[in-house]
Amino acid sequence: MADQGGGRLVMGRVLRWDVLVASLLVAVFAAGSFSTPGFATIGNLSFALSDLGEIALIALAMTMLVVAAEVDLSVASVLGLSSALVGALWEGGMAIETIIPLVVLVGAVCGLVNGLLVTRLGLPSLAVTIGTLALYRGLAYVVLGDQAVAQFPPGYVALAVENVPGTPIPYPIALFVLLAVIVGVVLHATGFGRSLYAIGAQEEVAFFAGIRVKRIKLLLFVFSGTIAAFAGVIFTLRYGSARADNGLGIELAVIAAVLLGGVDFDGGKGTLGGVIAGVLLIGLLRNLLMLGDVSTEIQSIVTGLLLIVSVLTPRLVSLIRPALKGIP
Amino acid sequence: MAAPPTLALANVSKSFGAVRALRDVSIELFAGETHGLAGENGAGKSTLVKTLAGVHRPDSGQVLLGGEPVDFAGPADAQQAGVAVIYQEPTLFPDLSVAENIFMGRQPRRGLGRIDRRAMHARTRELFGRLGVALDPEQPSRGLSIADQQLVEIAKAISRDARVLVMDEPTAALSGHEVTRLFSVAEALREQGCALLFISHRLDEIFTLCQRVTTLRDGAWIAGEPVEGLTHDDLIRRMVGREVATLFPKEEAPVGEVALKVERLTREGVFTDVSFEVRRGEIVALAGLVGAGRSEVARAVFGIDRWDAGAVTVDGVALPAGSPTAAMKAGLALVPEDRRQQGLVMDLSIERNIGLTGLRELRRGPAISRRAERDRARDWALRLQLKFARLADGVGVLSGGNQQKVVLAKWLATRPSVLIVDEPTRGIDVGTKAEVHRLLSELAGQGIAVLMISSELPEVLGMADRVLVMHEGRLAAEIPRAEATEESVMSAATGRAA
Repeated sequence: MADQGGGRLVMGRVLRWDVLVASLLVAVFAAGSFSTPGFATIGNLSFALSDLGEIALIALAMTMLVVAAEVDLSVASVLGLSSALVGALWEGGMAIETIIPLVVLVGAVCGLVNGLLVTRLGLPSLAVTIGTLALYRGLAYVVLGDQAVAQFPPGYVALAVENVPGTPIPYPIALFVLLAVIVGVVLHATGFGRSLYAIGAQEEVAFFAGIRVKRIKLLLFVFSGTIAAFAGVIFTLRYGSARADNGLGIELAVIAAVLLGGVDFDGGKGTLGGVIAGVLLIGLLRNLLMLGDVSTEIQSIVTGLLLIVSVLTPRLVSLIRPALKGIP
Repeated sequence: MAAPPTLALANVSKSFGAVRALRDVSIELFAGETHGLAGENGAGKSTLVKTLAGVHRPDSGQVLLGGEPVDFAGPADAQQAGVAVIYQEPTLFPDLSVAENIFMGRQPRRGLGRIDRRAMHARTRELFGRLGVALDPEQPSRGLSIADQQLVEIAKAISRDARVLVMDEPTAALSGHEVTRLFSVAEALREQGCALLFISHRLDEIFTLCQRVTTLRDGAWIAGEPVEGLTHDDLIRRMVGREVATLFPKEEAPVGEVALKVERLTREGVFTDVSFEVRRGEIVALAGLVGAGRSEVARAVFGIDRWDAGAVTVDGVALPAGSPTAAMKAGLALVPEDRRQQGLVMDLSIERNIGLTGLRELRRGPAISRRAERDRARDWALRLQLKFARLADGVGVLSGGNQQKVVLAKWLATRPSVLIVDEPTRGIDVGTKAEVHRLLSELAGQGIAVLMISSELPEVLGMADRVLVMHEGRLAAEIPRAEATEESVMSAATGRAA
């Protein structure tokens, strides 16, 4: 009896999702090092990180939203709108120092619109942000058409592509690490974080406990829009090209990373550590596929499959668990 | 008895991890007999029901069907064998008609596989006739009362030729005459040769309906005996394992200033022109039939719903409409009616649930102090004599009574000056019930103003200094303790009072 209980405990630990993803991360890394020459080099890994910057940043905000049982599918479109605005304003002769805060503000407004539609009108965020996904991308094309704007000031471009001096860490990733620490503390150690889990798990209980559910959700959407717009600025500078279709479809990679990281799409469960493992896993896979000259279509297929697998596996585990317990 | 029992458990044990939910339990259900199952929450009643229903498989011991051992691989097997379970809150498809719900998946067919509605309705009417129930088979299930939904479930069970009908706390959410109607249906089924198992926290009902009663305590079989010759006290002693002195010990407390003042509160279409005061040291009961608007008044006072007109003041501070946060700040606490939906986050631990109302106070710098959170939880857990293994355990593993204590702890930890409790003892066992009553009395003694919503008249009469009675959204009467009787409260609640 005691033996059986002990066995189950070990089983429970191994089946802990974030541990599983972290192990998978190590496995992919090991496999990549053996199979793909040039993968496990500082230069490549630094590039892989840099290429992951926007997804990683947006995943931070997305984690908080999904924990609170909401989702923002419009992030990639906000990124595109932000990129288009940077291009249009730069071409119009505005100083980059003015453009960046202005564009980030527009991102915040995009998030505010999402948040107001969800909290004031009580609409499901999935539907609202599918709508604004199309709307904001459309606005991006209105702003810039299908042209591309380049020639940004080298000092700013350097901030988007170069490493922190003396380290292999690109500046955007340094920013990500800083923000991840803050979001990690907020999510796991503050009252605000506690509120998010309560809202995600049982919104009515949170409301009955005096938690300002609507205000908190609104704040999350604004944060998400802000981060997405800032990611748009980084994306634009990093590629040196402002286009309306920048970042097309990366919301899927973000959500795949968050779900892969063990955040329950129904809310109330998940850790930031898991999400970071999920982000890195997605990043490594994308990098490996790229090094292997795999086409973007296949990369997209892999992202899609990962998304499904990450939603499916916990369900399968919960189906299998009772069966395991049933064995005498 | 010559015939073997229709369904029986013989020496069944069942454990979940370290928790031994059932230990060597036996029970025999005979055709034409209603068998009561008594026990406190956590005594193992649900596990027993689920074992009969094929949800759980016994670790040891046997399930016997007509005297032969069977192995139910799942609920479908049990259903096939004629075992039907009616739960407290049935789940019908709201947009389908009553008849469609009853014949879901087994609709009578005519040519080309089309559903034969006429036959379906006729057979439904026939079923209702057998049960003596007046429901329209073509009516959609949406809008049916819980009582009616249960009857539909029973009709469904009968249509599948159920020989054993298990009713798991069917009366918890029913009003008086609905209970009477359910009982007459149960009686009819028994006379037609069904074996019934009936579970209720209301002992009166067991005495009214059952011929035999089995009592469980802490997962162990305590007694299985005829009801005849048994007294209430006997049964309580078997359930609790000790004497329960008084169930409703409200003690006299000095009555202080007005703490909660509600003036002409109106929420359109829900309640109208409700005014009352609750003073420190007082327990005021809000009585009335289900649907009279009692919980709705409490929700509005606490800010869950907005009010359209009127005013609420707590300790002289006027509250804005629709803000629980402001209500809490002013010193109001609401222990809601529905533990699962409103009271507790089942996935979270005991300490996190208790901490949820004090996220501001638990802050040290920007972060929550886990130590402060744990101290707060431990403090209240001990005061309320919560039975728990670790504070980090999920509240979902606790019994109903202990869950209710966690909800109380969560709210008492805010040090309210006004405590509103909505059905504070619904679905909890006799022992814990007495503890909750003692606690409410103590709190009043400490100068807290208590507003208690309750559908149980003995509780209202035993606890309240004053009884406010609502009828159809209005305050129908205010009855002082001395004049409060079952008759005076019920006549006001049913609108018969002048």
